[in-house]
Amino acid sequence: MDGDYLSQFLSLFSQFDVPAAFWVNIKLTFFAAIIALVIGTVLAVMRISPLPSLRWAGSTYVNLLRNTPLTIIIVFCVLGLWSQLGVTLSSDFNENFFRLAVLGLAVYHAAFVCEALRSGVNTVPIGQAEAARAIGLGFLPTARLIILPQAFRGAVAPLGNTLIALAKNSTVAAAGSVAEASGLMKTMIEFRPDVIFAIFFTFALGFVIIVIPIGLATTSLSRRLAVTR
Amino acid sequence: MTSQSVLFDAPGPKARRRMMWLNIVFGLVVAGIAVLVLAQLGAKGQLAADLWTPFLQWSAWENFLIPGLINTLRAAGLAIIGSAVFGLLFGLGRLSQSRIIRTLSGIVVEFFRAVPVLLMMIFIWLGLSQVNITMLRPSEYPLVAVVAALILYNGSVFAELVRSGVYSLPRGQREAALAVGLTRPQSLRSVEVPQALIAMLPALVSQLVVILKDTALGYIITYRELLQEARGLGNANGNILQALAVAAVIFIVINYALTKLAPWVGQRLGRRTSGRTKAEAPSLIAATKGAPTR
Repeated sequence: MDGDYLSQFLSLFSQFDVPAAFWVNIKLTFFAAIIALVIGTVLAVMRISPLPSLRWAGSTYVNLLRNTPLTIIIVFCVLGLWSQLGVTLSSDFNENFFRLAVLGLAVYHAAFVCEALRSGVNTVPIGQAEAARAIGLGFLPTARLIILPQAFRGAVAPLGNTLIALAKNSTVAAAGSVAEASGLMKTMIEFRPDVIFAIFFTFALGFVIIVIPIGLATTSLSRRLAVTR
Repeated sequence: MTSQSVLFDAPGPKARRRMMWLNIVFGLVVAGIAVLVLAQLGAKGQLAADLWTPFLQWSAWENFLIPGLINTLRAAGLAIIGSAVFGLLFGLGRLSQSRIIRTLSGIVVEFFRAVPVLLMMIFIWLGLSQVNITMLRPSEYPLVAVVAALILYNGSVFAELVRSGVYSLPRGQREAALAVGLTRPQSLRSVEVPQALIAMLPALVSQLVVILKDTALGYIITYRELLQEARGLGNANGNILQALAVAAVIFIVINYALTKLAPWVGQRLGRRTSGRTKAEAPSLIAATKGAPTR
């Protein structure tokens, strides 16, 4: 590897906007994470509720979405929702694809958020729920005031894993015509196959830089927030 | 589902009546949403019988769906075998007494867990045409790329499972092995890892679901797997939506069967070892299924 190789490789950065592509992945992750957290929380409450029909609906959602490949969901959002059913989330062409991909990522990861929260519910000792019932709280107040706040704190680590998976899975948006990092990497390699290794390691490193802080942050948060018993 | 939960009391007659009504109301809401969606689909002409009947014909299965499914299962099968070998190798590497082997295995495992599978697939797929291996035909590049990328990622996950499995064993196991005169590597090989693998089996089976799902990433690099073939079929008949739905159902059925298999396998094989005897703490939710690590 000589200076020529390096300068050839570095000249690619003036032609391709690599940070912009990564910024798309970060935005996809951010919006999908928020929506997935909301849907996932509702699903988790449904799955621990006393109403059998709610429990059934919640577990059906989780079982269906968790066992479907994300690629199918993203392809469905674009080929099914948009081109067949005419669901349009934005008048701007590219923004529309972006929002459809966010939708696909969110509904898929909501199933995993739900499972993470359920594992969080398991960290709350039984006695707490019994005590809540003993002082006369019904299901919803128990869930809202006692169980969920502690469940969230106990679920930080699995929620972090879901967030990491989401950040990596945001590359699958390439199947939905979103111009993000994996698509740009493909274009760059096709344009300059001679520096393929440098290109791959640049993009791989980009994801390592995104993923490792999330992992470190959630690990330290889960320690700090853990309810000491 | 849960027979007994401590989050709420066993319902009395009044609560049962109220729950029945709420069940009916919620059922109506769900049915209402379903009717709304179906009406919308009907208005777009997506419910027309001729869009669905092609899937009842043998030719659709013979020419598209079954070859696609075979390619999906082939990639998944090869990836499972490869991941097991990779995972065992690097899992043992991370437990090695030599610091160099430990560090190197650690870097490899952490790197491949952090990089998106799709990124590796695209890299290997485009990279293969650069190096010109005479053994491979260009038509085989997508399969090799799918399998290799899945092995690198899932193998790393397996390696972590092996490591955590060995760590979760009671320390007495190793002490006993050393006491009867086995060396550390021997104890690892013939005492600790076999038990760890059995303890980790449910998690391993759950990971198979991840492998099978991720073969669908091959769609993006033109591997002719189930999703790709379903799309081809949908293009040919003008029923993309229906073709995607059929492909999704096939995936869901196989994966659901695998998730059901995981606890069963754990129970069957768990009886054969007495390694883990610590009782689990009682939990608020009666049954927690092992969620695929993803």
